[in-house]
Amino acid sequence: MFTPNQQQTRRIKAALFVLALLPLARLVLLGFQDKLSANPIEFITRSSGDWTLYFLCITLCITPLRRLSGWNWLLKLRRMLGLFTFFYACLHFTTFIWFDHFFDLEAMWKDVLKRPFITVGFSAFVLLIPLAATSTNAMVRRLGRHWHMLHRLIYLVAILAMLHFWWMRAGKQNFAQPVVVGSILALLLVSRLVFWWRRRASSAR
Amino acid sequence: MLIKRARFTEPLPSEITPRALFESRREFMQQLAVGSIAASAMLDSALAQNTAPRSKLAARANPAYFAKDKPTAFADATSYNNFYEFGTDKGDPMLYAGSMKTQPWTVRIDGEVKKPMTLDIDSLLKVAPLEERLYRLRCVEGWSMAIPWVGYSLAELIRKVEPTGNAKFVEFTSLADPKQMPGVGSRVLDWPYVEGLRIDEANHPLALLCVGMYGQTLLNQNGAPVRVVLPWKYGFKSAKSIVRIRFTETQPHTAWNKSAPSEYGFYSNVNPEVDHPRWSQAAERRIGEDGFFAKKRKTLMFNGYPEVAALYTGMDLKKFF
Repeated sequence: MFTPNQQQTRRIKAALFVLALLPLARLVLLGFQDKLSANPIEFITRSSGDWTLYFLCITLCITPLRRLSGWNWLLKLRRMLGLFTFFYACLHFTTFIWFDHFFDLEAMWKDVLKRPFITVGFSAFVLLIPLAATSTNAMVRRLGRHWHMLHRLIYLVAILAMLHFWWMRAGKQNFAQPVVVGSILALLLVSRLVFWWRRRASSAR
Repeated sequence: MLIKRARFTEPLPSEITPRALFESRREFMQQLAVGSIAASAMLDSALAQNTAPRSKLAARANPAYFAKDKPTAFADATSYNNFYEFGTDKGDPMLYAGSMKTQPWTVRIDGEVKKPMTLDIDSLLKVAPLEERLYRLRCVEGWSMAIPWVGYSLAELIRKVEPTGNAKFVEFTSLADPKQMPGVGSRVLDWPYVEGLRIDEANHPLALLCVGMYGQTLLNQNGAPVRVVLPWKYGFKSAKSIVRIRFTETQPHTAWNKSAPSEYGFYSNVNPEVDHPRWSQAAERRIGEDGFFAKKRKTLMFNGYPEVAALYTGMDLKKFF
């Protein structure tokens, strides 16, 4: 079974880091080329939102992949992927507060409370903050058992984020993309239930 | 201590950027950045289609309907479109509308009229003298443009077919041919695209029967060869590539209204006070002008066309949104 040594792990992490920055690099590049469509702001908002969801999916892939393949070292990549999810969520949120409300916090707050699709999107973002804040080794150690409990919030974040995406597309019945992302997320969440069920069954025996 | 102040001095001739080089900055920037080559090649060929020669239309600018706004760049108005018959992405119409055949084309006009008729484009062009009008276009999604359209008041065409006393509404049907329009296979809307107006709205001189833009015939992605333009309503009310105009006694079942009645009303007048359920309609972003460092501009009642207000006296516009 493939298990990278320390140096290989470092290289894999570095490669992943660069790879994870490509969506941002693409936006910057398209921006310089004047190719962010006639509505660059909408383009950036959509793109950062899409990539938040994609990184959420990738992050949630780690555990099932590790279980199925036995590659325990995959766990070492999870934190970085989770933080990139947060990074693209921050970018997405920034476009909302900057371009949609031009830093008018009161107007933003009204929008958050009034529109359910924004309420759930905003909640998902807020719930990501404690997860990012407790991602350091020191925090993992300090929180111990509670760390695992806390980080189960990611399942709730996934559901809220998906709801946000679905609702956003609902008015125009344009569900092709939400169906794909939603199915993947559902599969990933169900896999947790399956693992949990199996563990319970085997420990009861 | 002597303080030296920098003063403006004439630049050396060698310091001045040659005009041609300065003006080619965009191309230079584009050449600098490589990557996403396939996508940009596709975009470039589509842009080339945009700049392909179309026929010029002789039209006189009508000062009464010429907004003070700065016209939106032609490239923006022809690359950022909602025309779901060609796909749901804003760039899809530009990429795929080339497959639509607009010659020959006829429009069937029937229903509650004394003189039903089928007109081809040449006859449609001759119904009334062509005018150029610069209209604001406000999309229900919260962005806007200002476009110089070419056409004449829809009322001129309506007069020609002589509606009967039963004609209370006008229904517009767009072409829906899955062979020419890749998006018609999707289930996003119930095809064909149908839009409609009350007859008095249709007879308002602002309602434009449109055959061109920017001094030339319409591009396919903008609804060639014939469409309507209703500047006081959200953009989706202005049906594109029309094949049939029917006069009816009952309110037409319009496409977006059927699809999501709580979000898209039959009237859909631009109204900053009636929010879309998922976003505010109080402000809008003008494409090409309101960029990263500008606040969105305020949306005006009836998109800044108060002359239509009389059509709705006594109506609760929050209810009939």
